[in-house]
Amino acid sequence: MFQRDTLNSELSFFQKIKEMDYTLLICIILLSIISLLVMYSTDGGEILFHTKSHFSKLAVFFPMMIFIAFFNIRYWHTFAYLFYFLIILLLLYVSFFGLKSSGSQRWMDLYLFVLQPSELMKIAIILCLAKYYHRIKVENVNSLTSITLVLSIITIPIIFVISQPDLGTSVLIAMSGLIVLWLGGVKVKYFVYSFITFLISLPFIISFLKPYQKLRILTFLDPDRDPLGAGYQIIQSKIAIGSGGLEGKGFLKGTQSYLDFLPEKHTDFIFTLFSEEFGFIGSVGLLILYTIIIFRVIRIGALSRSNFSKLFCFGFAFSIFIYIVVNLSMVLGLLPIVGSPLPIMSYGGSSMLATMIGFGIVLSAKINRKQTIA
Amino acid sequence: MIKENLGIRKSDIINRRMFIIGAAKIIIFTGIVARLFSLQINENKKYLTLSDKNRIREWKLPPTRGNIVDYFGNIIAGNLKVYQLHIIPEQVENFNYLLLRLKTLLNLSEKKIQKIVNLKNKLKPWDSIIVSENLSWSQFLKVNNYLYDLVGVKPVMTISRNYPFNEMYTHVLGYVSQPNEEEILENEIVKERFVPGMKIGKLGLEKTLENQLIGTNAIQRYEVNAYGKRINQLEYQKGLQGSKIRLTVDTEVQKLSAQLLSNKAGSISVMDIYTGDIIAMYSSPSYDPNLFLFGISQDEWQLIRNNPLKPLINKTLSGLYSPGSTIKPIVALSALENNIINPNFKVKCTGKTELYGQTFHCWKEKGHGFVSLKNAMKQSCDTYFYEIARLLGVDRLNVTAKKFGLGEKVLGEYFDNEKRGLFPNTNWKKNNLGKGWVLGETLITGIGQGYTQTTPLQLCLMTAQIANGGYKIKPKIIVNDDPLTLEDAKNFMELQSLQKPNTRLFDDSKNIKIVQEAMFSSTNEQFGTSYRSRIDNPKYQFAGKTGTSQVKRISKRERELDLKLEQIPYKDRDHALYVAYGPYKNPRYALSIIVEHGGSGSKAAAPMAKELFKLIIDRDELRNKQSNFENINI
Repeated sequence: MFQRDTLNSELSFFQKIKEMDYTLLICIILLSIISLLVMYSTDGGEILFHTKSHFSKLAVFFPMMIFIAFFNIRYWHTFAYLFYFLIILLLLYVSFFGLKSSGSQRWMDLYLFVLQPSELMKIAIILCLAKYYHRIKVENVNSLTSITLVLSIITIPIIFVISQPDLGTSVLIAMSGLIVLWLGGVKVKYFVYSFITFLISLPFIISFLKPYQKLRILTFLDPDRDPLGAGYQIIQSKIAIGSGGLEGKGFLKGTQSYLDFLPEKHTDFIFTLFSEEFGFIGSVGLLILYTIIIFRVIRIGALSRSNFSKLFCFGFAFSIFIYIVVNLSMVLGLLPIVGSPLPIMSYGGSSMLATMIGFGIVLSAKINRKQTIA
Repeated sequence: MIKENLGIRKSDIINRRMFIIGAAKIIIFTGIVARLFSLQINENKKYLTLSDKNRIREWKLPPTRGNIVDYFGNIIAGNLKVYQLHIIPEQVENFNYLLLRLKTLLNLSEKKIQKIVNLKNKLKPWDSIIVSENLSWSQFLKVNNYLYDLVGVKPVMTISRNYPFNEMYTHVLGYVSQPNEEEILENEIVKERFVPGMKIGKLGLEKTLENQLIGTNAIQRYEVNAYGKRINQLEYQKGLQGSKIRLTVDTEVQKLSAQLLSNKAGSISVMDIYTGDIIAMYSSPSYDPNLFLFGISQDEWQLIRNNPLKPLINKTLSGLYSPGSTIKPIVALSALENNIINPNFKVKCTGKTELYGQTFHCWKEKGHGFVSLKNAMKQSCDTYFYEIARLLGVDRLNVTAKKFGLGEKVLGEYFDNEKRGLFPNTNWKKNNLGKGWVLGETLITGIGQGYTQTTPLQLCLMTAQIANGGYKIKPKIIVNDDPLTLEDAKNFMELQSLQKPNTRLFDDSKNIKIVQEAMFSSTNEQFGTSYRSRIDNPKYQFAGKTGTSQVKRISKRERELDLKLEQIPYKDRDHALYVAYGPYKNPRYALSIIVEHGGSGSKAAAPMAKELFKLIIDRDELRNKQSNFENINI
């Protein structure tokens, strides 16, 4: 009883600094520096728009992460549902009044920067479901009402995001949500059944895809089908990575990106440029850095006393992992091209905002790891 | 406690399930690393090649053609720096303004402007448009002065074919011009090396020696971006200039030939009688091959095409003429060789011969009286040759004529416009005209009229082979490895005649001698037909035979009128011919001259030989010295 009292009480500012997870922090800083260097390379070795903009985003969102870290994780628990609903509202707003760009409507103009609410939903869904599984009794987890409820929590935002249309993000939201379901204790057989159902209904789903989405899948299966059209991105990406070799072509010397052969090099294909310039060694190094970050987050979850923290940390670690896997598999030609950024590395404000919020909550979980949440 | 237990149980589930996906993560990450390994390490070479193929593009530049030089190393087909004006559309700020400025600066026509605009719309913005292929130096300076005002204009220096002696060598060299599609596909080498702006030989040696002259492309390797725009030059690989070709011709002699034939239609060929070197070969009139380099204007082309003297025809090789009396040495030789006559054989010339009711006239109406072979040659008595031709028969005459190269191409492999000519016999007539040979035809064949058709170069070769003592030579216009000095050439000729009997064109060398002497008297003795053109100085003394070939049958009325040359319409005037060799004592050179519609050979053609021999023999020493150099450095 004594312990619980002390643990429930607020930590002082000094204690918070002491409890901060410096390994994770250093890894994030390292990743930010790498991302800035790569952005500098995409600008052709000059400090131009993308480098400046990426830097200013880091300059805003990194302190924001620290700021979030000093908040008690309890508040995130308290406001988790609210946060979820807020993002749903934003998605609703976007679907009516959002900015349109290249055929999809995903953004809202906030004057300072353009927000993509679907990116924030990746975090919100984890928070929302973490709170749900934190509160629910174990024996109710597999009840019909519970399953129906969590599935609708996942489905509602996905409907919005798919209609934008943005297949990549909706898949990632679904994956983030499902992992929390998994962690929460939903029976394995349900996952197996639904996976089988998914496979069976796959042709049916494909028939509902937009023509450009179908083309992406066809292109993935055979990139040489249309090497200058739909297959161009993936062929050029593979050429860039493959030509990097063991040591890479050297910083600022990636000919594929420098000569504009790489499409989307600032965003989804940022790894391609990195891999071309830094080679196999650099790429594996980057993967190791990401692995350290992921396992650090998992460790924080494991150390956390509250299930909310655990569920969030594990869920977040998994979603980071999924983002990386989907992104890398895409640029390596292992998956069809779906728009999915590489956390922190890719240019893009909303994605970085979401990631930094996530890391902030994780750091807060570390600081308040002995905290229990009622 | 229950609550606590449940809590623990829940976190157990969470931890256990986390452990499962943690393991899955490691497996998946390993998979990604494996994929990276296969792309970056295993297939690195493949992708490096692909990446280079992406970024490196080659630009071939037009090759530089080899020079063609004369025997003394003077360039007769070379290369010249030309100044061009290019526009690079993407650098132009205001295209209309630029065109306006250029129009006034260079006097461009409205049509040309339209052409530039069309090109601009067709090409990529970074592909340059050639505004002017050949700017004069003053235009080039002007453009350079106003360059600040002509944004996007690039003055360029490039290399173009050039013929410094203009029309002098056109019928030998031909000319170069832009190839059409067929010509590109025809020749593998041209196909491989073709780049826009490249020119190929269209005629003459430029065409037949294309593969030697063409040279290899210089190659520029550029790094390009994804849109094909050149970013920077990586490498410049110099092309090899085409082979240098040295001809046997002497520009000085060629010049004199051109001068002698100026304003006339005709041909002059000069040949070394031992080596077969062609010293000069000029067909008049000629035209300037430089006009074709940048596209000839319609006006200039019409002027050449419609010239009544027909500059486009290479008269030396494709002009077919009745040899007239220049055939007489062969007729005489044939009669001697076949033992039909001996040198003392005499015929009485009364001015005409009757045969089966047909009259055959001698050129001299009053007749020559009793003439021997020598006198008959000297005065070109037609009656004498009617008689010996009748005795000899056309078939035996044909054999001798063929031996001396009549009816065969002389330089066939180098000039596809060369004609074979014709020396008839009875079989030929039967096969080609379906009629039997008539004796009267033998008579006129004996004075070089009738079916016989020869090119000026054939007559030159014929004369050369009489002059060298009756040995077959292989005429050539390109210097090769054959013996170069006179001694070597003579030895080679004799050796060859022992090995290959058919290169000896006579049975008894006495007969050749007789014919040579007869030709000598024709030029150097009084009453000889070319006596007025003789040179007494033994150094230059030459022997020859005149010829006058009828273009149309002379009617009885015309014969009675005996019109002066000026009174006959140009088209109906006789061709004047002359064949000769010299110096008589130690012969070295043979020539043939034809002046179309020039009248009589003795008046129109023979005087030219006098001028020519002076120059040719004066240059003999120089030529012999030159022959010792295998390679001349220019």
